Amino acid sequence: MATIELRQVEKKFGDLHAVKPLDLTIHDGEFVVLLGPSGCGKTTTLRMISGLETVTSGEIYLDERKVTWLNPSERDIAFVFQLFALYPHLTVRQNIAFPLQAQGESRETINERVNEVVDLLQIERLLNARPSKLSGGDQQRVALGRALVRRPEAFLMDEPLGALDADFRESMRAEIKRLHIDQHATTVYVTHDQVEAMAMGDRIVVMSEAEIQQVGSSNEVYYDPANIFVANFIGSPGMNLVSSSYSDGIIHMPGADNRYPVPDDWRAPLGEALQDSGDVIVGFRPECAEIVEDGTLAGNVYTVDLYGAYSMLAVNMNEQDIVHIRGDRLIHYPIGTQVRFDIDPEMVRFFDPATEKTIKREAIQ
Amino acid sequence: MSNFREDGPGYPVTEASRVDKVSPISRRLRSLRAITVMVIAIIMLIPVFVMAITAFKSRSVIVSHPPTIFFKPSLEGFVFLFTDRAVVSKARQPEFKAAAETGELGLVERIALESGQEVTGPSDYVNRLKNSLIIAGLSTIFSVVLGLFAAYAFSRFDVLGKDDLLFFILSTRMLPAVVVTIPLFLMFRQLGLNDTHLGMILLYTVFNLSLAVWLLKGFIDEIPVEYEEAALVDGYSRIQTFFKIVLPQTMTGIAATTVFCLIFAWNEYAFALMLTSDNARTAPPSIATMLGRGGIEWSAIAAGSLGFLIPVVIVTFALRNYLLRGVTFGAVRK
Repeated sequence: MATIELRQVEKKFGDLHAVKPLDLTIHDGEFVVLLGPSGCGKTTTLRMISGLETVTSGEIYLDERKVTWLNPSERDIAFVFQLFALYPHLTVRQNIAFPLQAQGESRETINERVNEVVDLLQIERLLNARPSKLSGGDQQRVALGRALVRRPEAFLMDEPLGALDADFRESMRAEIKRLHIDQHATTVYVTHDQVEAMAMGDRIVVMSEAEIQQVGSSNEVYYDPANIFVANFIGSPGMNLVSSSYSDGIIHMPGADNRYPVPDDWRAPLGEALQDSGDVIVGFRPECAEIVEDGTLAGNVYTVDLYGAYSMLAVNMNEQDIVHIRGDRLIHYPIGTQVRFDIDPEMVRFFDPATEKTIKREAIQ
Repeated sequence: MSNFREDGPGYPVTEASRVDKVSPISRRLRSLRAITVMVIAIIMLIPVFVMAITAFKSRSVIVSHPPTIFFKPSLEGFVFLFTDRAVVSKARQPEFKAAAETGELGLVERIALESGQEVTGPSDYVNRLKNSLIIAGLSTIFSVVLGLFAAYAFSRFDVLGKDDLLFFILSTRMLPAVVVTIPLFLMFRQLGLNDTHLGMILLYTVFNLSLAVWLLKGFIDEIPVEYEEAALVDGYSRIQTFFKIVLPQTMTGIAATTVFCLIFAWNEYAFALMLTSDNARTAPPSIATMLGRGGIEWSAIAAGSLGFLIPVVIVTFALRNYLLRGVTFGAVRK
């Protein structure tokens, strides 16, 4: 297994930047998820690591070995495609054996290694079938088998669960994660599904507009988003972002008298960051606010969605400013009534509307 | 399976009690459709049938009116087709008759004698057919192989000026043969390609190439590029990937293209008539020239055409499984 290192890797299609120069190191045995909306450059990045796409500039290292201009076949990397790309004219066994034949392994070795993988994935019953006869999940398992059988330096997966049914996706997700834990293989995984990314990744690389927005653990990208894009993209619904103005320790949020006194440890950083204008964006997760009778902030109930374990209130603070707050599933909130709520002082975040970046509190670092 | 009785349902199966539940109307519609298709096929095959029976008719039967369908088959047409003959003079006729009666003459000679002719040697039709096989066969192979590589490149790589090149390739097919024969004739004369196999093979290859490139490009475009990418990542080179992944999946396209190219090269008449005379003359113009030699030998022409049909029928038949899938290209696969 290997460390993958991207140094100032960049991809342009004509004048269009598919990936702006980026630096990223994926450590040995790590499961890194590239997450972003479609067209953000995550798949292009993955394809550049595999060699299926050439880089415009920059360098790629696999364990100190420079592979920037090597053919895909010379990199010793396995790739799992979204649509599995199982060769339709070969049986499952032939499909799994295919990469080993390229290496010119003997028949005994091939059989032994194929059987090993087949045991691991429990797909004996499929061996003589053609891929078109298999269910989506089985096709996925065979595709994984074809990747595993080579014992490559790293696994690259391009939305491998994207083509599966929703209910099946979760169990496959567990299977892939379990496989990673057992094999401890360096894995780069591309997805646009933030739930999948949070569930699977040791580290998440959030991309948008051909750039890396943030690199961090699930908790980091969820609770400490680096900018407004990440705050909005991660979570369902995303982080509440309320345009407000700050002066002298008080945040004026939309609505008649929604004055929010900032926690003490935020006063200094906010004063420093918002010197010229007082404009600020307040961010908090739905579960970091609490409906209480004597809360400091107020709004009208706009809608209530029951999510099973809790209900999600959309609270209208003013004309356009609707925030989501997690409520108790047992309490009935009539639409249109006023509710008051408090924000957990530990969990409130602030963003600079000009740069869209988060304002850092020294205490966090 | 416990629901099923081993000895059948135990009551008579009628249309009402059938368990397969295909509605009688849809079953009747299906047979109606089959009958329609058969009728159309029979109508289409009438000319071929007439040609086939004409080949076995003797001269007197051919000109009878109305045409007869039941008659005593004769190999006259084939004998006329494959031999050159001369009229036997009155003085020598008894001598030939005597030879025929004692069994000195072979079957071919006896049939020729029936219309008062003696065989002077084999006709050049055999050579023409051989030329047709060589020229059509090789040009088909060349255009399919070259077309396959070109189509792959056009389908998968950023070829400089791709659209212009594809249009240029197509444009070679736009002029009718008559228009380009004269310039081609002059060019061929300069290059010494007139009436050579090489010249005809080159000509047909170029002419078929546009069809091959465009057809095969369509087939290759339909193969998802991920298959090749998977093979590339799995450790295969581009050329190995082509042979191991692309080729097996393009077989239907290759079969369809082969048949189309072969039919064109095999049937081509105008170029062959103008650009060949003896050495490389193919079968189509030579069958037509039979019309001119004093009296029309209908049975010989029909026999020639019948022999001429056979190779294409064999190839099409051999590739029929691929073709059935091939002609539905563009439709959803699987």
